[in-house]
Amino acid sequence: MRLLSARLSARRRSPFAGLVVLLLGLVLTGGAFALFSPAQAESGQADQSTVAQGRTLFLVGCASCHGKNGEGIVTERGTQYGPPLAGVGAASVDFQVGTGRMPLARPGVQAERKKVLYNPDEIKALAAYVASLGPGPSIPTASQYSISGTDSEAVARGGQFWRTNCTACHNFAAAGGALPGGKYAPSLSGVTPKHMYEAMLTGPQQMPVFSDQVVKPSEKRDIIAYVKRLQSAPNYGGNALGSMGPVTEGMAAWIVGIGACVAFAVWIASHSVRSKKGAKA
Amino acid sequence: MSTTTNGRTAAKAPGNDKLAEAATWLDDRVGLATLAKKQIRKVFPDHWSFMLGEIALWSFVVLLLTGTFLTLWFKPSMTEVTYNGSYDLLRGVKMSEAYESALHLSFDVRGGLLMRQIHHWAANLFIAAMLVHLMRIFLTGAFRKPRELNWVIGSLLLLLGTLEGFTGYSLPDDLLSGTGIRAADGFMLAVPVVGTYVSFFLFGGQFPGDDIIPRLFTAHILLLPGILLALIGAHMLLLVFHKHTQWPGPGRTNDNVVGYPLLPVYTAKAGGFFFIVFGATALMGGLFTINPVWKFGPYDPSQVTAGSQPDWYMGWPDGALRIMPNWETHLWGFTLSWNVFLPIIVLPGVVFTAVLLLPFLEAWITGDKREHHLLQRPRNAPSRTALLVALMTFYGILWEASGNDLIATHFHLNLNYITYFNRIMVFVGPVLAFIITRRWCISLQRADRDRLLHGYESGIIMRSPEGAYAEKHLPISVDEAYTLTARDRVELPPPPGEVDSNGVANRKARGEGLRWRVRNFWFSHDIEKPTRTELEEAHHHAEHELSVRDDGHQHLTESGYTGDYELDGTPADGHQFDGRHDISGDELRKGH
Amino acid sequence: MTTHQEPEPGNDEAVATTAHGTTPAVVGDPIADPGLPPHEPRPTDVDPHAERRAERQVATLFGLSTLFAILFVVSYFVFDVGKNPTVIAGYGASNVALGVTLGLALLLIGIGAIQWARKLMSDVEIVEMRHPASSSEQDRADAVAALDQGISDSGIARRPLLRNSLIGALAALGLPAVVALRDLGPLPRGDLAVTVWKKGMRLVNDVAGTPIKPSDVEIGQLINGEPAVFFEDKPNGEPKFEGTRLNDAKTKAAIIIVRMKPEDITPPKGRENWGVEGILCYSKICTHVGCPISLWEQQTHHLLCPCHQSTFDLADGGKVIFGPAARSLPQLPIMVDSEGYLVAQSDFTEPVGPSYWERG
Repeated sequence: MRLLSARLSARRRSPFAGLVVLLLGLVLTGGAFALFSPAQAESGQADQSTVAQGRTLFLVGCASCHGKNGEGIVTERGTQYGPPLAGVGAASVDFQVGTGRMPLARPGVQAERKKVLYNPDEIKALAAYVASLGPGPSIPTASQYSISGTDSEAVARGGQFWRTNCTACHNFAAAGGALPGGKYAPSLSGVTPKHMYEAMLTGPQQMPVFSDQVVKPSEKRDIIAYVKRLQSAPNYGGNALGSMGPVTEGMAAWIVGIGACVAFAVWIASHSVRSKKGAKA
Repeated sequence: MSTTTNGRTAAKAPGNDKLAEAATWLDDRVGLATLAKKQIRKVFPDHWSFMLGEIALWSFVVLLLTGTFLTLWFKPSMTEVTYNGSYDLLRGVKMSEAYESALHLSFDVRGGLLMRQIHHWAANLFIAAMLVHLMRIFLTGAFRKPRELNWVIGSLLLLLGTLEGFTGYSLPDDLLSGTGIRAADGFMLAVPVVGTYVSFFLFGGQFPGDDIIPRLFTAHILLLPGILLALIGAHMLLLVFHKHTQWPGPGRTNDNVVGYPLLPVYTAKAGGFFFIVFGATALMGGLFTINPVWKFGPYDPSQVTAGSQPDWYMGWPDGALRIMPNWETHLWGFTLSWNVFLPIIVLPGVVFTAVLLLPFLEAWITGDKREHHLLQRPRNAPSRTALLVALMTFYGILWEASGNDLIATHFHLNLNYITYFNRIMVFVGPVLAFIITRRWCISLQRADRDRLLHGYESGIIMRSPEGAYAEKHLPISVDEAYTLTARDRVELPPPPGEVDSNGVANRKARGEGLRWRVRNFWFSHDIEKPTRTELEEAHHHAEHELSVRDDGHQHLTESGYTGDYELDGTPADGHQFDGRHDISGDELRKGH
Repeated sequence: MTTHQEPEPGNDEAVATTAHGTTPAVVGDPIADPGLPPHEPRPTDVDPHAERRAERQVATLFGLSTLFAILFVVSYFVFDVGKNPTVIAGYGASNVALGVTLGLALLLIGIGAIQWARKLMSDVEIVEMRHPASSSEQDRADAVAALDQGISDSGIARRPLLRNSLIGALAALGLPAVVALRDLGPLPRGDLAVTVWKKGMRLVNDVAGTPIKPSDVEIGQLINGEPAVFFEDKPNGEPKFEGTRLNDAKTKAAIIIVRMKPEDITPPKGRENWGVEGILCYSKICTHVGCPISLWEQQTHHLLCPCHQSTFDLADGGKVIFGPAARSLPQLPIMVDSEGYLVAQSDFTEPVGPSYWERG
């Protein structure tokens, strides 16, 4: 991130600065909303030293886009360069930074999940600092998202919530799906229960919010339990082919099925070896 | 007759009296020997592409076997039950009996999941093999007289196979199959005038109702397979009657068929191939998941999943549906949904009719009324090959359009741009494909002609004294030359006149004129095979260059020799290695 | 260079005779037919060792197949399915083991049979002559004569009354055939135009049935909703809707509730008071072919159908902005009841779901 901001500030003086800022701004306008959207006002109280540490990290790693006080940066053309962070809450920071989406590596239609750049303490400090800017959803506690105690009835119920609210975008097996304009709902493989909970709570980027008042915390936990159980369930029928539905199945039928049968047909109809040298094939 | 059979059977299988007795018993009652004597040693030619239809045939047998197994447990009922089976992620969930029995088959019947998966893989393979088979028939001209009717039967099989597939994958009543039926209901509603009635009659009221699964089940296991079986029987009978086509070659003419007898070679090969197709589908069923219904959950009209696609063979009309502009007309209180009606009802009908009529269309263009039993290489019918590749491109673009969402996510592309791209390519692509394929075929024809006239590239590079390099061409074998020339010449008749010989205006002239223009377009760029004179000239030219001096070295003749190729007092032109001379012991060959 | 046209016992067609074809497609032009090349023996034809080796090879394949068939049976009984399925390396052991053993048992028979044919059965090609598909002129004439005789004997040509009345009777039989299918379904009587929604019915969260207050809904929120009646019971304790009746009703009544910043919304004329504080409610059923649709992008306010990618702008009256759907997503007018919960102002004001002829 230090590298990125250094490069950006260097370019601001270059003739391309305007263009870069414009591009970043256009792209981040969308991203702005995710972090901008107010969520439940549950501000967690963190001690002042953590907040101070968070502020230090923020100034180095985030302020170049989000402003020195998290007030957001608006470009000269009026587009959002980085959205204001007051009120997004600690949960949002924990999700965005904890899944590597923030800091952005490069402009794109959508922030991608990637390598996490901060350690857990730093993320906690950043979250504490942003939470201190304005009330927002706090990081859920382990008791909220822990799925260890869920029974099979709750899991099955979680599956019904899952199919009603989530599969339309994330696909039946949580393998992800397409959205308009090059955006996508990501695959949920390897996503921790905490991050799933935070995503539902805060509605990052294009994802809608599923507030605790409507999808109750216990229902959220059931959804997570269902997804985790689904992901860890054995592949009863052999390789799952990416769990993407009939498209990959059709490809397999053509490439493996027709491919193998045609290969056998070629072998069946080929002429076997002749004992005389120079025989015609 | 019985004595004949008796005698032959006894003679053929001495020491196997029991078998002979049984054969006699049977023949006394059904008189099979007359038929058997001709068919037992019936000749089938050997070529890998002749087995594509067999893949379809054997997949169908696999479908019958596995499908029968599935019916023993599957309950085609939409009655609501609460799941209490082995799959705990759905325990307690309300679902239809059909879906519950599909889960029961998958989790509680040993081998049930395997049979479900083999059945589904075999279905995908069945239709894929029919399509590949159809393309082979078209590309090689095997649909020409007298086989047009078999082409029609084959096309009907493809259509019915597709319907059979749709009715099959709609049965488990999982979220994906239900979404497919929901869309199908939308298609029916889009039919002008009668659409709503069709939908209500099919579903027994409003969608989804509780009739559709039992009705689809009856169509899937009784009605459609019955028709399929009858048509496959007719297809096979016509194949036996016409005798299989074959590739031209030495001794392989339009009047014979050269190959191996039904018993034993073809029985072993075709029978063995059945086991291979069954084995391949069984391996796929064991190793690859297909249609994991338990992951989709039961059908609920308020749920949907990303990646809701039909099976591959319904993909192309679905792709047309996705790229269709949103046209709808409201007139006099009625609604006409062009956006659904055109791509999903009209387009498949038009395409299917066109496929059905292809043999007759080509016969009309070429005016050819002869029987054809020799296949054509695709390059030797450039326009026909180009037409098929254009159709394949059309199909392929629509096919790809039906996977636009997965293409977007997996290749990081913009869903909307893919759709715009496809809207253009579906028209431009086939035209480009036609032009490119035709030019490609013509180039290949030209290469064949060069090969006939100038021989093949030997790979021997000759260096002339002044340092120029040239590759030697050697004449091809007589067998190959015969095979390359075993095709028709195209004779284009003169354009029809506006008036006939009596000066009376020809009423059919307009039709004939169109036909002449199409025929001209169809054939005019084809490269003819060389005539006997051209071949002789080319041969003579090669011989001319090959005159041999008394010293045993050959060289360019005085007329063609310009004086610079001298090497050790003899011109070196590479003909030493043209295959017409003994080169044993030649130093230059060493190291090869 | 002789053609291998061995007379086949009992198969007189397989003897070289003169050409039967009507017009040979290929006459030795420009090169004469050199005839079938001579048969060249395979190693197994001339070398007894090779022959025995091939025989052993094929027998081994068949033997292995038997082994796999037995392993199939073993797998069938060894690997459990049901509540505690045997799992090996993350795969359902029963299915994989059964599939692999069955597949190999079958494949090996096939490969063995084909290897037998390739190596050990005679590979001398035989020639069978073709005949034109058509019958001979004599046969045609005889057939026509027989047909004429039959028709003449029946008198159908001479007795037009019989002929016409029979045709009429057969044609009339089509009526029972068609009419018998009448009860396949009821006639559509405007059923597609109405849903269970009515004035004052609460909007509830799907699956749970929780009623919704505007304060529960945040900006950017999506709720997959249903009418409250789906979660209500009749006086006798049975649900008002269940089974296929529930599905029939759900097909038309499913909704999505979204909340946007009020300043982002441009309501169509006449719909200014159809929402509550930026909360809008739309049909969940796509107007294209009826897929449920809930891929909502909270920042762009776009709703995408996963089936055919129709995209609707929920901030702009559900207008179609992309894809094959022609009509806007129907909006359900909502308000707040006396207890503060979101309720419908009325049923949908237009038919939901795919277009149909009578829709208008």
